Amino acid sequence: MAKASSSHRLDFEAPIIELEKKIEELRTFAESTEVDLSGQIEKLVTKCDEKKRAIFNSLTPWQKIQLARHPQRPLTSDIVTAIVADFIELHGDKSFRDDPAILCGLGRIDEQRVLLVGHRKGKDTAEKVSCHFGSPHPEGYKKAMLKMKLADKFGVPIVTFINTPGAYPGIGAEERGQAFVIARNLMDMATLKVPIVCVVIGEGGSGGALGIGIGNRILMLEHSYYSVISPEGCAAILWKSAEYKEQAANILKLTAEDLSSFGIIDEIIPEPLGGAHRDPPLVFERLKEAILRNIRELSGLSGDELVKDRYDKFCKMGEFEKRLKETVDS
Amino acid sequence: MTPEENEKKSGGHRKRKEMPDLWMQCTSCNKLVYKPKFEEMQNVCPECNYHFEISSTERIDSLLDECTFEEHFTELYPLDPLDFVAVRSYEDRLKGAQEFTKLSDACVVGTGKMDGLPVVFGVSDSRFLRGSMGSVVGEKIRRGIDLARELSQPFIFVSGSGGGARMDEGVLSLMQMAKTSVALAELDRCGGLFISVLTNPTMGGCMASFAALGDVIFAEPGALIGFAGPTVIKETIKSEIPDGFQSSEFQLEHGFVDRIINRGELRSSLVQVMRLLGCDQAA
Repeated sequence: MAKASSSHRLDFEAPIIELEKKIEELRTFAESTEVDLSGQIEKLVTKCDEKKRAIFNSLTPWQKIQLARHPQRPLTSDIVTAIVADFIELHGDKSFRDDPAILCGLGRIDEQRVLLVGHRKGKDTAEKVSCHFGSPHPEGYKKAMLKMKLADKFGVPIVTFINTPGAYPGIGAEERGQAFVIARNLMDMATLKVPIVCVVIGEGGSGGALGIGIGNRILMLEHSYYSVISPEGCAAILWKSAEYKEQAANILKLTAEDLSSFGIIDEIIPEPLGGAHRDPPLVFERLKEAILRNIRELSGLSGDELVKDRYDKFCKMGEFEKRLKETVDS
Repeated sequence: MTPEENEKKSGGHRKRKEMPDLWMQCTSCNKLVYKPKFEEMQNVCPECNYHFEISSTERIDSLLDECTFEEHFTELYPLDPLDFVAVRSYEDRLKGAQEFTKLSDACVVGTGKMDGLPVVFGVSDSRFLRGSMGSVVGEKIRRGIDLARELSQPFIFVSGSGGGARMDEGVLSLMQMAKTSVALAELDRCGGLFISVLTNPTMGGCMASFAALGDVIFAEPGALIGFAGPTVIKETIKSEIPDGFQSSEFQLEHGFVDRIINRGELRSSLVQVMRLLGCDQAA
């Protein structure tokens, strides 16, 4: 399991933050002394923007992962607060317990009724711990499925926010059938007769992400990632050391652009320059627009057509060679 | 990779120390066992009932009526869509596994008969990159499921994968979990039967998709079955894992498999269930 960075400032953000600090200082100085420094400030602002563009237009996969895990990155709960009106959280799997690592509830985005399901990483330490940093147990996936079936019954479109380092790997999780429950979600989500829009908003950690990820549309925020294994886990297997996580991030092809090139995702939602945490309101606005647009586009399809659409979508995924029979035999 | 290396890596038969003549030592119980008896029991130790891994060909011979199996989808070959190069390249590892197993990838799917009952049958081969699922494995399973649906025949798949979703094909492997599961949803909707057989080991992405979705789930004794590997769990919880954790018996106790069945009785149990569910009455 990957841990979020403890520092709020990523290494490659440092030059930008330095410049911003300088600009702020100049502004304060100018205000207090009534000296006109607007020329200098403007120059610095331009320089800062250029720097940002230079850094953020050539991010490495590892840097994107750091952004995806940034402690100030908007979380499921932030997005729900910002874009969902009339929200009412619904707890529990009606079987074992309520897993806080998955947030479910009904609400409206503008006039559109929706069921929201999303990984919850937690805001403060206590919540983070109770959510296992966004790693659900089987009862979390069961809760999600139960609420999705409720939405299905009443024709309410489903929106999921994916943001997990992975499903929780522990004794209790295995005792309660982590693999079996995730598998059941993949199969049952395929049968739902309402539009499903999934958005990867941060970490798309393997089966734990896919467990709420069988959508008609899959969108990704620009600096989020979606992978079969965490870079740390991959490095531990291939190089026997998590130190090689940057190399692993490079070879796993896990960025939004990579996924788009494989035909797995439908849309990349651009983030503000500097990453989602630099301007959350803009991110909320873009998410809202993209979600509503995608639901609208799907609303013309019947229940059976939506099921067929999901079947066709996932059956197309994968890359292999088809050899002619003669070549095979020889 | 040399065949020896591959065998070592895949865990193929590593627990069986060869001794000259007719006797061998079981590496599970350390007892001397009579080799012809071991072979007659299909690689099961007659002393401790440890079920050693067998190849896809051996599994087909063990479960299907003689000369009835016809392999399908043989035209599918793996690619290296990520240009995955680490300590060794994926391309290289694929080539090694293909040469060693004479298979194109880690599973075989086709049609055949079981005690006269027509079935679509598939099996993963753990000698091939630990039976892991990449695009070809996912696609073959998906096509097998769809074929079973079209032919109105039961789909039977024997899983054995320590690798789960194959890392070397990245997120494309992850999506095979989705692919096989949506295909099974469609089979289920059409009233088709899927029997999943779990053998040692079935873990990760394979276990968290098709392998867990059988209408009936059988497991061989003593198999490792679960989501996260024991090492990952140990690191997460910072303590030791209890004995028998994630074994077939553990899964039976917790309600996730229908029955544990010895290799020798697997075929008759499959046939029994198929007949009792009316598969012999289908058109």
